[in-house]
Amino acid sequence: MDAFARESVVLHRQEGVAASARRIRALVRRHTYLLRKSWPRIVSLMYYSTVTMVLWAFITIYLAPTTDILRDAPGFFLGAVLLWEVLFRGQLGVSLTFIEEMHARNLGSLFVSPLRLFEFIGGQVVLSALRTLIGVGGACLVAWLLFHYSIFTLGFPLIAFFVQLLVFGWAIGLAVSGMILRWGMGAEELAWAAVFLIAPVSGVYYPIDVLPAPLQVVANLLPSAHAFEGMRALLLNGVFRWDHFWFAAGLDLGYLAAGIALFAAALRHAREQGTLLQMGE
Amino acid sequence: MDGTVTDASTQAQAITVVGLSKNYGTVEAVKGISFAVRRGTTTALLGGNGAGKTTTLSMLLGVLRPTAGSIVVLGEDMLQRSHRVLPRMNFTSPYVDLPKRLTVSENLIVFAGLYGLRDPRGRIAELALRLDLGGILDRPYGKLSAGQRTRVLLAKALLNEPEVLLLDEPTASLDPDIGDRMRSYLEEYQRASRCTVLLASHNMGEVERMCDEVIMLRAGTVVDEGSPAELIARYGRVDMEEVFLDIARGAAREEIAAASPEAQG
Repeated sequence: MDAFARESVVLHRQEGVAASARRIRALVRRHTYLLRKSWPRIVSLMYYSTVTMVLWAFITIYLAPTTDILRDAPGFFLGAVLLWEVLFRGQLGVSLTFIEEMHARNLGSLFVSPLRLFEFIGGQVVLSALRTLIGVGGACLVAWLLFHYSIFTLGFPLIAFFVQLLVFGWAIGLAVSGMILRWGMGAEELAWAAVFLIAPVSGVYYPIDVLPAPLQVVANLLPSAHAFEGMRALLLNGVFRWDHFWFAAGLDLGYLAAGIALFAAALRHAREQGTLLQMGE
Repeated sequence: MDGTVTDASTQAQAITVVGLSKNYGTVEAVKGISFAVRRGTTTALLGGNGAGKTTTLSMLLGVLRPTAGSIVVLGEDMLQRSHRVLPRMNFTSPYVDLPKRLTVSENLIVFAGLYGLRDPRGRIAELALRLDLGGILDRPYGKLSAGQRTRVLLAKALLNEPEVLLLDEPTASLDPDIGDRMRSYLEEYQRASRCTVLLASHNMGEVERMCDEVIMLRAGTVVDEGSPAELIARYGRVDMEEVFLDIARGAAREEIAAASPEAQG
């Protein structure tokens, strides 16, 4: 039976991939309505990424005459800052989408609708990818216009770095959303701060060899460190390091599974405590 | 067991609750209640503040996990197979809201997508006509008055033409005129669709007017059940307001009936 009809309302089939895709599309639509009607929101998505990129572009111009690294690879810092923004925007995209539902006191309505947990997460990650493309895409365009630097010179490996960092951002974003669901809006600050905890050990602007030995162990357990090491290997030596690629991919899967599990556990806790209908401003 | 319950009683009943409990730590909010709601009827869930009405409705909706007990809605076990029954249910509650920066129309389109309506715009136009939303469809939800918001939330609750509709204080923030129009619409809708309505309300006039059955809760237990007329007669009172006060204040049914003018004279 592909639809059931009652007096006047006909519903699509509720099971299957098409039904899930339709519900994810509805969630995405809810947030794109907001983006479409608010240019300050679009600007704010691009603002921080662009300003940070401009800052590092001038640092590059200043330091270029003094270091071989920047002479050989002028995109050393710019590539790093733009890819860091992928991780940051990816995480923020998931967390802010969730916070927005909490502020709107909309979680109760969403979870009483036919929407399932994996579809809710699906909607969050699609929106995160969209926000990241807008935010980092804007910064990339400005980098090309003002500094004649194109991150696309990294070629196809750029897609690998982008996906590795985006997925890690989703994992952190889901974990942060879970913590906000568990501890309420008081934990909202985590959405902005969480990712910076891993910045020093991710080797964004320097190789992880410079870290003390115990921190190198930590770094090796982060997909972000492998992505940035891979980027540097490509920029400085012209080689794509498959070892970093596979490590990052494997770790990403593990972190994503952990992020989903943490969010699901927080949702279960909210269902047990009855906080789902009470969350909000 | 696949979670679908198909015995004769569940054919006649839209909602069957057995031994439902909810504890928050040492506090027992709902204490092993059992009740059934017949298909196509409007039933009130009444009780004072803290009686367990919203907790019970939340468990029926699947947003609150019971400590013990079972809930069968439209023949499906809500604890195992809520995804099968949620497309056929809907609700309104003062505890939820809609995104304030989206227009009424955008909000309804989003929920129409979540419920899988084949003709969302047609259904929204129909509800806008019936609930008098035509003039506000393009206004941001956050800019509406309390009465307008309540009507929009009701439109959201009726989008999928639910077979089971749970209403928590549906007319609490409305002035008497709009409240009356809402009640009329709900009555008309219920009659036309033969939908099952479970209503939590503090408005006893509303309960007398709309409900076929009443379930009275006090301190997390079902203390009485019956039609409004039966309860009024049983307690020897003139209306549900008085019955409510008797039950909420804990007076025993027999004691009240014995002291009533009819019993004495």
